[in-house]
Parts: sequence; structure tokens; C-alpha cells
Amino acid sequence: MNALAARRRHPAAIAVLLLLGLLVTGGAYSFLAPKDAKAAAPTAAADAVAQGKDLFVANCATCHGVQAQGTKSGPSLVGVGAASVDFQVGTGRMPLPGPNIQAPKNKVKFDDEQIAALAAYVAQLGPGPSVPDSKYTTVLQPGTTENNKAIAEGGEIFRVNCAMCHNFAGAGGALTRGKYAPSLQETSPRHIYEAMVTGPQSMPVFNDMNLSPEAKQKVISYLKAQEAETNVGGLTLGNLGPVSEGLFAWVFGLGILIGCAVWLGKKAA
Amino acid sequence: MNDHETTEPGQDGQGAALVPAASHDHETLPASLVTDPDHFANPGLPPHVHRAADDYPAAAKRAERQVATMFGLSMLFTLVFLVSYFAIPDEATFFFPGIGLAKTQNVVLGLSLGFAIFLIGIGAVHWAKTLMSDVEMVEERHAQASTPEQRAKAVTTVSEGVASTQVNRRPLIKYSLGGALGLFALPLGLQVAGSLGPVNVEELKHTIWDPKDNGGKPIRLMRDPEMTPIRLDEVTNGSVFHVMPETLQKYIDEGKGVLEAKAKAAVILMRLDPDLITVPKAKDWGVDGVLAYSKICTHVGCAVGLYEQQTHHLLCPCHQSTFDVTQDCKVIFGPARRPLPQLKIIVDDAGYLVAPQGFMEPVGPSFWERAR
Repeated sequence: MNALAARRRHPAAIAVLLLLGLLVTGGAYSFLAPKDAKAAAPTAAADAVAQGKDLFVANCATCHGVQAQGTKSGPSLVGVGAASVDFQVGTGRMPLPGPNIQAPKNKVKFDDEQIAALAAYVAQLGPGPSVPDSKYTTVLQPGTTENNKAIAEGGEIFRVNCAMCHNFAGAGGALTRGKYAPSLQETSPRHIYEAMVTGPQSMPVFNDMNLSPEAKQKVISYLKAQEAETNVGGLTLGNLGPVSEGLFAWVFGLGILIGCAVWLGKKAA
Repeated sequence: MNDHETTEPGQDGQGAALVPAASHDHETLPASLVTDPDHFANPGLPPHVHRAADDYPAAAKRAERQVATMFGLSMLFTLVFLVSYFAIPDEATFFFPGIGLAKTQNVVLGLSLGFAIFLIGIGAVHWAKTLMSDVEMVEERHAQASTPEQRAKAVTTVSEGVASTQVNRRPLIKYSLGGALGLFALPLGLQVAGSLGPVNVEELKHTIWDPKDNGGKPIRLMRDPEMTPIRLDEVTNGSVFHVMPETLQKYIDEGKGVLEAKAKAAVILMRLDPDLITVPKAKDWGVDGVLAYSKICTHVGCAVGLYEQQTHHLLCPCHQSTFDVTQDCKVIFGPARRPLPQLKIIVDDAGYLVAPQGFMEPVGPSFWERAR
């Protein structure tokens, strides 16, 4: 102890303490953070709804209630439909590890079969949007005149209905009080479709009567075409527009100018 | 480049005239600093320190070669620019490490032109810093006024010139010239004064939601950009529709003034739980919790399109003005000072949403004549 006390004013002491604190907090979090409870392994004969119910009770009921009726910590899931479950669980947003301003995209905790079972269970609680027909989540590939026209129309629909939150390039953007619209890049067509139908979190609903399934397919095709397009402009800087580009210019442009000014003012040896 | 310290053999390069800052011995301070701290003695210029090129011909020769190298490299880059302008095909791309895929011609032209001018610049500066004289010089000021004789001569010249124009003997020319010049100022001032008003206030207040634009009939709400009418039952809870008036179709068909008409007519339509709406007027002007508001921000006119379904906040992306839809779009954050104007909607016989009366107040940012 004396040896420790003697070194308490060492310049490195604060760094060591900080590191120790971080390690302890991190370790405690990984130990205490909610784990995915494994439901009893379903027998091959068990039907999807029963398996889904087991999974639901084990993983979701803490917040959404045993009957999915909702609690103070989570909304009711009656009538949200299979599409909601497929989106929220399929993108890893649910189960939420802890209370947060917004459920972020995360590692997917369940396999496809388990997600389908959960979706089947929630779907039979009340009528709601179902997982979209793969006909409408097939991406139209640019090339033919017809497809090119559809993609261009998708772009127009995207700019009127989606771009204000999700950014012109689908790169996402900020909302109020820490909430944000996530990036749409590298999101699967099915999940984009489901988000439009169900309106997860802050996002409004774009039901099939507002944007027809064909219109949604056009939007998805536009996003994918834009993603696949070769960008020869060098660094995109996140496609965030003037904020990241301005920061780049200030840091690098002004940095070079200051370097030149310092050299100019220096007397030669 | 040449950042070596001084070259004066055996001399401390920092200049002997300065008080050594590292000294802890106060008695070594100059007497003037100790006795009279209000008046510092003029320390004068630090002694001139010679550069390497001043004393050693070899160093001077080296500096000369360095400057010439920079100018030579500049020539090389200019040649690269000239050649690559023709040699690199327009569609060629390459992978720039750390930056990504880039268009070859853009990168090569930009870098070569940039380095060509940059090397001329640093070559010239290096030349001035190493070879041109750097001896400190004192240049005394001199009196700026001319001598009395020269000034008298100038006055005489001007007076003779004025007399030779005969302007004092011929008042007709004098006054007609004055009139011509004076009147000529009017067209210049008129442009400034004319732009201050009067303004067509009715045009600023008018939107194509005015039923007069539709023969007095209520105007249907249409989806933007598809221009299809919206039925009440299609607007489910949590939905948001971006809306244009039916009257816009005329402008689209004619292909004229579309953007001008759209600019003030943009409307956002949302449905929320009617019990959440706290202002009776807002509830009355909607249908079962379906509300329509102008999408044009009352701050500087951006499109307020970011609707948060759960908080019922409408956010303007330009300056973060936030409007609370449950409180008749009252401003709850940001620089906007007025709520978004609401558009009264009803359901027509066919079940479609229509606007019977247009906006009751001007949409968009304020202007002086707004209240009149």
C-alpha cells in the first residue's frame, strides 16, 4: 500500500485510474447487460405461433407485457402486424438492450425461423401489415427504358416523401432531441418496405393507399440504383453535404494555408 | 526549408540585446527595467544575423539550385497538365489511396496545375528569403505637401482653365449643364426608390388554394408528386401525406409557373389521435384528427417536412424551428415566430378530402404588409 501511496501523484496516475474505471464499468456492463434468453428449443412439431409465443415471453414480455398488451416501458403490439416484427427484430433494433432515446440498428439476435415465428405470434394478436410480397421487394435493375423510368419516378417520390429526413442520398439525418433518421444504405429492400408500411419509432406511416406497393418498389429500386452507382467524385464524406465538406475544407484547407503562412514568416537560416 | 539556426560563427543567434528570459537572477536585469517600470527603454533592433548564403558561396549556390529546381519542377507540372489534357481519356478512373475511386483527368489536371503555380510561389519566396538582401533598413518619412511655389502654380493653372471655358460669362451653358447633370441623377435614384414599393400585397397573400382559382368550388387535396386525390379513409393514424392542390394541375399542363405556384401551396397532411389535439379551432378545421398545415416555414420559407410520428413535432431542416402539431403548430423551438397556417379541410360527397376556404392568413415568412 505504501508503494501505491507514494506514487499517487505520479503523472500517469490519473491515466491509470481512468483506464481502471473504464475497464470496471465496461466489465460490469457486459456482465449485467440483458442477455438473450434462450427459449426452450422448439420441437420440430411445435407450430410457429407457439414457438413465437415462447420466444416472445422469454425476450420481449419484460417491456411489451406477457400478453403483448404494452407496459410503461414498451408499446402494445396488438395490431402492429408481422411487418413490424420482421423489421424491428430483423434489423436488430429489438430486443432493445436498454432504454434509449431511439432503438439503433444492431446485431440481429435471432435466426430467420425464429423471427418468422415471432412475427406469426404477433400477427395473430390483431390485424396489421404483413411481411411484403417478394414481388414488390424485387429491385428493378436499371438498363431497360421501363425500369429506368420507374427508378426516376422512385427518385421523385423519394425526394418529396423521404429525403427531408433521410437525406438526398439516403444517408440519414438528425431529428429533434437526439433522435435521428437512420441511413438507408445497405438496408435490405424488404426492411425498407416494412419501415414504410409500419412507421417505426419517429417515422410516419406510408401505407399502401398513400404510396402504392408499386410506388414503394420504385423508391426501393431508386435507392439501390443510387447505391450501386459508381461514384468517381473521390471521398463522399458521408454524403452529408455542407457540414462534413465544410469541416474538411476548414481543417485541411486552412491547415495548409497556416503552414504556408508560418513558413513565409520564418527567417531563413 | 533551411531551418538551421544562425550561421554567424561564435555568436548566439537569439540576439544579445534581449533580456535572457531563463535568468533567475534579478540583478542581471538592465537598470532601466528595475528602477522605472513605467518607461521601457527602446531596445532597438536586434543585431543583424547573417544567413548561410550571405557568408558561404557554397550555401548561396545551393540556394540558387533549390530555387531553380522549384521553377523547373513547375515547368514539368505545366507540361504534365498540357499533355494530360489531351492524353487522358475523359471516362478514365483510378483508385486514389485513401480517397477512393476518382476521375483520372480531374485529379491529374487539378494536381498538376496546382503544383505548377505552387512551386512558382514557393520558389520565389525561397529566393527572397535566402538570396535577396534581408538587411533591416530605416526609411524616414518626408513632408508630403508640395512647396508653396508649386501649389500657387497649380491654382493658377486651374483658374486659367476655368476662365478659358467662359462659363462665368455664358450663364446659358452654366445652367443648362447644371440641369442636365442634376436630372441625370434621377434615373439612378429611381431604381432604388422604385424597388421599395408599392408591392402587390395581394399576390404575396394569394395561394392557389383560394377557391376562386377553382371557380368557387372546394379544392381537392392531391398527393405530391403523383397528383391523385386523397380519400379520408386512406389517411390512417400516424400517416403523413405531402399534398398539392388540385388547381396545380392547370400549371403542370401548361408547363408555366409550376414552381411559383408550388412554392406557396405545399401542404402537409397528418392524422393523429383527435384527443391529443388541444386547440379547438385546429380540431374543427380537421376531420377526425386529420390535419392539414402549410409546409412553408414561417421563418424563411423552407419546406417543413420532418414529421415525428410519436412526438407530433414538425421540424424545419434549415434552422431547426420545431412546431407542435397537437398545439395548432405552435413554435416550440427555433427562430420561427408564428405557427404554421392551418388549411381547413372537409370531406366531399365522394369521400375525398377538400379545402373549402383556402388559407385564412398569408403562408410563409413575414413581410411588412402582411397584417394589412
